[in-house]
Amino acid sequence: MTIEEIIRVTQGTLVCGKAHLPDEVDRAFCSDLMSDVLTLGCSDILLITGLANVQAIRTAEMADIRYILMVRDKEVTEEMIRLVKENDMVLIKTSFSMFKSAGILYESGLKPVY
Amino acid sequence: MEYSYTISGGDFTHAGEASSHLKRILKSLNLDPVLIRRTVVALYEAEVNVVAHAWNGKVMVDISPDEIVIVVKDAGPGIEDIERAMQKGYSTASPTVREMGFGAGMGLFNMKSNSDSLEIKSDPGVGTEVRIVNKIS
Repeated sequence: MTIEEIIRVTQGTLVCGKAHLPDEVDRAFCSDLMSDVLTLGCSDILLITGLANVQAIRTAEMADIRYILMVRDKEVTEEMIRLVKENDMVLIKTSFSMFKSAGILYESGLKPVY
Repeated sequence: MEYSYTISGGDFTHAGEASSHLKRILKSLNLDPVLIRRTVVALYEAEVNVVAHAWNGKVMVDISPDEIVIVVKDAGPGIEDIERAMQKGYSTASPTVREMGFGAGMGLFNMKSNSDSLEIKSDPGVGTEVRIVNKIS
């Protein structure tokens, strides 16, 4: 799926990363536990998380994850936006829950990491 | 090449800055992306541990042609039972740390699985020293 399609099906809003709208993503991983995200041995996946803080962005940076979908319309701080821009990442927000977002994206063709 | 960084206990806003800086250095050296990811994930977990549990700490990185050596030394409560702390799922993290997305008892496990060599020395009530070595092949 492209980032543009992910935004459309989750009725999301792009916070940062317009240049990456045509990028293709094949797999996604859901977690609010950052150490769990750090166990993944793969990069360039979509991270779906309800954790809205700087450490969620830092974790994605360390794990080479460029695409982040934040669920439940959590507030995105200026510091988070700064980090996303600095690392050329994509941040999307949706009002959908993690369960609903994951369900829709799975149905739309995104594959799980495990 | 040697680099050093300081870490303040409890400062979650800046946790990960050393790892982020090191990642940029390793990328500029054109090292293998997997080696870079493993190294910065191990350091990031170590940094978060200092922020979560200790009062302050220092990171020292030495990059030679053969290996990357990282020493993270903190002043803090130390680890009473290192063997137990290495077990997946064991954690003494506070609710605040858990709210930040950590404290699931995966930190030391992640550090070990992302290092070629991991040594932990701890003196309860004084502090902990972690030495991470990753070979450059």
